[in-house]
Amino acid sequence: MNLEKVVFGFFIVLAATLNFGFFVGDIDRPELHHVYELAAALVVSLIATALKFGDRTQIGAIHLATSLVADLQLVAAAVIWAIAVHVTGEGMTASVTSSVVSLSGGALFANIVSVVLLIVETVMLRR
Amino acid sequence: MNNSTFFLVLRRMRAPIIALIVIYAISVCGLTLVPGVDAAGRPAPPLSFFHAFYFISYTATTIGFGEMPNAFSDAQRLWVIVCIYLSVIGWSYSVITLIALLQDKGFQKTLTANRFMRRVRRLREPFYIVCGCGETGSLICRNFDRLGQAFVVLEKDEIRVEELDLLDFKTDTPALAADASLPDNLLLAGLRHPRCRGVLAVTNDEQANLGIAIAVRLLTPKLPVIARARSPSVTANLASFGTDHIISPYERFADHLALAIMAPERFRLIELLTSLPESPIPQVHRPPGGHWILCGYGRFGRAVGERLAETGITLTIIDPAGDPQAGHIAGNGTEADTLRAAGIATASGIIAGSDNDVNNLSIAVTASELKPALFVVVRQNHAANAPLFQAYGADFAMVPSHIVAHESIAILTTPLLARFLGEIRRADENWCHALVDRLHALCDGLTPTVWGICLNASEAPAARQALMHGRGIALRDALRDPSDRERMLPAIPLLIDRNDRLTLLPDGDFDLAAGDRILFASSLFTLNHIKLTLQNANALDYAIDGHADESGGWLWRKLRPANVPARR
Repeated sequence: MNLEKVVFGFFIVLAATLNFGFFVGDIDRPELHHVYELAAALVVSLIATALKFGDRTQIGAIHLATSLVADLQLVAAAVIWAIAVHVTGEGMTASVTSSVVSLSGGALFANIVSVVLLIVETVMLRR
Repeated sequence: MNNSTFFLVLRRMRAPIIALIVIYAISVCGLTLVPGVDAAGRPAPPLSFFHAFYFISYTATTIGFGEMPNAFSDAQRLWVIVCIYLSVIGWSYSVITLIALLQDKGFQKTLTANRFMRRVRRLREPFYIVCGCGETGSLICRNFDRLGQAFVVLEKDEIRVEELDLLDFKTDTPALAADASLPDNLLLAGLRHPRCRGVLAVTNDEQANLGIAIAVRLLTPKLPVIARARSPSVTANLASFGTDHIISPYERFADHLALAIMAPERFRLIELLTSLPESPIPQVHRPPGGHWILCGYGRFGRAVGERLAETGITLTIIDPAGDPQAGHIAGNGTEADTLRAAGIATASGIIAGSDNDVNNLSIAVTASELKPALFVVVRQNHAANAPLFQAYGADFAMVPSHIVAHESIAILTTPLLARFLGEIRRADENWCHALVDRLHALCDGLTPTVWGICLNASEAPAARQALMHGRGIALRDALRDPSDRERMLPAIPLLIDRNDRLTLLPDGDFDLAAGDRILFASSLFTLNHIKLTLQNANALDYAIDGHADESGGWLWRKLRPANVPARR
């Protein structure tokens, strides 16, 4: 067993689970989507991206690409949250909440691709 | 491949980047939890994520704005202290890692390799790959540079490569410290580059030369490869997979020495044609026949012994490991006694051919003291000892690196020369003598430049155009002075190759045809004049029928109606 592999798998799966945790629930109800969950998902996603740096294989490149997509989506969600709460002052209305959550839904999809890749890689290793 | 540096940096920076992300996350999260205080001193809700991230961003990067509306509560101040020290640690860690990376040998190697690769890729003229930049290699490089020929250098020794940078080459020469026998490095040096014209394997290591030759043969079967070999087994090995040209300096020198004894004029001719262009004419060697003494019976001694036996010379061999039963004399040959025992009194020549330069000089000096009329041949192993050998002034000096360099340059720069040399093997002495005299008169005191030109669209467009339109060009016309057609340029056409039919020393009436390949001997100055005639339509017109001012430039010729004859 390799500690590096454990850490790698841990962060990729954690990024997906945290993202799912924020995403799940009615899309327009702000009380179901806590901002801390979004922050945690974003931070773990960034760490997962950093872990994927510097792998020049084909599968490594796809890994990095999916992570970058997830980061982009989550950062966009965070920016919308910051604008709604602090810049325009309209707060977490139903429409703002649904756009934040749908962006995180996109990130969730990228994270799922990442997890699938991880599984594929492991299965191929077994053979 | 080019962004490998970028990925290498990213890979090494992984740990510090993750550390920074974690530190930011902890600091921001902490700030969103610690309660604040409002202007009136009442407890206030903590900062939101947005404000906390803003605050940490300017604090962690030590910009230190301080524009938050409310003063912090003591609890917040406590947490900010932690944040500041955490972020300082995070940034220093990143900076230290980056500096360590820049100083890392492996990383620097990647950077140099990348730069080398870019420079090779940008080469726009035909170039050669020189593997090994020892004595032979640097001699080849210097002469390539003098001829304006581009080349790429692969050398194992880093110090040699750095020295190469100090030599002021006219051309911009990419050089890399890498083992040329690894195919990857050859590919890096542009083996598959469309402009790569050939590979010279001239490292000091026989096995490396062999490896290079095999790699080139397999990776790019059409590319000519010239390899240097010392031992017969490696020579045979190189020949077995079709190395284009194998230069074994010992055998080549032995051939030369034997030729100089048997056919001095033919040897002189070969010497003149293969010497470096426009260098002083080498002195005439006329080794006598009869009885010779050979000191040192290693690979060099054996090669010389074999060749000299064919010329009818009798040899007495002196070697430290000499076998008395075979008539050899044990010893170095540096002592007078040994030389006397070998019969120096009756000998007409001596070869100081051990692998030790000091011993060779000592043999030569002792022998000429014993018998001043002796013809002395010395072998010089290291270029660094050249001043000693010059001071002694032997009748014939054998320098392996020079032999390899002269021959590879002659063969590479003019492929036709090899065929010419093959042809003159059958020539008799009088013919050679006549040609040698003409070559001597060609460019006063200097050796002629031997060069070839092909009458095709890229090398001689004007001549090809004229020939394709049915205008006859006699060889004489090509040799007219472009500024005065009555005067003939001092150049000797040595050979014309028309579809593998060779014509030796063609005369002035020879009618040229498109696609002919001509080998000339002339000075560099004359070379440019002849090329002008063959490449420039106006100069060619003038040379053929003396109409100097008739056609003007390319545009004017295009504009003029084709059926209107030019004014006469």
